[in-house]
Amino acid sequence: MKVAIIGVGLTKFGELWESSFSQLFVEAGISAIKDANIDGKDVEAIFVGNMSGGRFIDQEHISSLIADHAGLNPIPSTRIEAACASGGLALRQGVMSILSGFHDIVVAGGAEKMTDVLIGQSTQTLATAADSEWETFLGMTFPGLYAMMARKHMEEFGTAREQLAMVSVKNHANAKHNPYAQFHFDITVEDVLNSPMVADPLRLLDCSPITDGSACVILASEKRAKEFTDSPVYITGSGQASGTIALHSRKSIPVVDATVNAAKEAYKRANMEPKNIEVAEVHDAFTIGEILAIEGLGFVDIGKGGKATEEGITQIGGKIPVNTSGGLKAKGHPVGATGVAQAVEIVLQLRGQANGRQTDADMGLSHNVGGSGGTAVVHIYEKG
Amino acid sequence: MSSNIPRFWRNLKSRYNLIGTKCLNCEEVHFPPRYFCPKCRRLSRLEEFKLEGRGEIVTYTVIHTHMQGFEGQIPYVLAIVELSDGPRLTTQIVDCEIGEVKAGMKVKSVFRKIQEDGEAGLIHYGYKFKPIK
Repeated sequence: MKVAIIGVGLTKFGELWESSFSQLFVEAGISAIKDANIDGKDVEAIFVGNMSGGRFIDQEHISSLIADHAGLNPIPSTRIEAACASGGLALRQGVMSILSGFHDIVVAGGAEKMTDVLIGQSTQTLATAADSEWETFLGMTFPGLYAMMARKHMEEFGTAREQLAMVSVKNHANAKHNPYAQFHFDITVEDVLNSPMVADPLRLLDCSPITDGSACVILASEKRAKEFTDSPVYITGSGQASGTIALHSRKSIPVVDATVNAAKEAYKRANMEPKNIEVAEVHDAFTIGEILAIEGLGFVDIGKGGKATEEGITQIGGKIPVNTSGGLKAKGHPVGATGVAQAVEIVLQLRGQANGRQTDADMGLSHNVGGSGGTAVVHIYEKG
Repeated sequence: MSSNIPRFWRNLKSRYNLIGTKCLNCEEVHFPPRYFCPKCRRLSRLEEFKLEGRGEIVTYTVIHTHMQGFEGQIPYVLAIVELSDGPRLTTQIVDCEIGEVKAGMKVKSVFRKIQEDGEAGLIHYGYKFKPIK
């Protein structure tokens, strides 16, 4: 399979009190269209990832809202929801719409406006990604689920608390070189270990923040892409898998089956192996998430993610740089936008436009998870 | 946000008495109850099954940033418990010091207040687990 990404666009990520939801999407969309050097009239369809317009901004029917505000009526616009994996799934739907021959040029984007509600309400809304009747009802929070995965990982594989902290330290260091990132300051392992406890053993600085933001990419068929660029980045692999919605039903608590299965499909479609990947954006909504990701994606063996992080293989300059953008932890995590923002970062890396965080990569991967692992989606990218 | 009562009422049997399901085709016990055995699918033959309510902690966390409805309970322990009948569930661990809780600890179910839906809403009851001493 081969689908070109011919344009990318992002808004600044952060607490964007001056901007509305539709403003954010339009801003990211326009910059992607400009970057692709196409005109709005070339766009045939929109796919938008959004987790919870209903709870965050009292607005459903996001698909219509954004097509209208983008001035793109009457082309079809479709919203895709899979909690924090909504963006990754929107990207995949866009890819499939092109591979099917249905469309030649589409926008795949994502947006979330999380700071229009108070912090307690955003915690409540994020928890709807878990099993509402049999987890959340009993007082479970989202950090609580990842905390249980972290504790099990620590007990089963000897992962150290400090190794989890090193994920945050690395991602904050990377975000300093990303002008779109929410945070631009370094933190230390001690800062993480002394930050307030959220859900034992996870502390505040193990958790991604509440973020507003939007990301868009312009996807094109291989044939049409050549009209606009000589050097597109191609998506050559895509995989998506489902896992149990409740963590307690998972076969193994510290292994995200959906990640393993989605990666298997993506590698197979791209005819690649984990060792071919040179840069990756993975789902570090919590520090343990990055460790589970690099294991599930096959970059390191199951159980070895903490040690690998400590050894520096995931740093820029390491064997497989992970979350060069700053990741969800430091770039920010506007849930519906995240999966698309990951694709944007990989495209910038493969084009050589990643400034102070540039790696020497021709092949990249993005990995986006919904809930505690109910959904995972993986994409593989190659330089054209 | 308050919900209509049947949303909770239909789950009372399971929340109050740990009623799950058992598939007569593959013998697997499910909790929460299922309407379809995910293993046997259309060969499923499900019947209600009362769980014994004893088990062992698989892993746990201590919640410091709580959900609405759990004000006044923090910090509280939530755990995944593997029941002697097979299935695993998420539950609060009570009647002990937080520091005593550990993986492998034997626990049994108790009937407790779970949460309150604001000042005028429902008071929800259901299962929590406590250590077997």
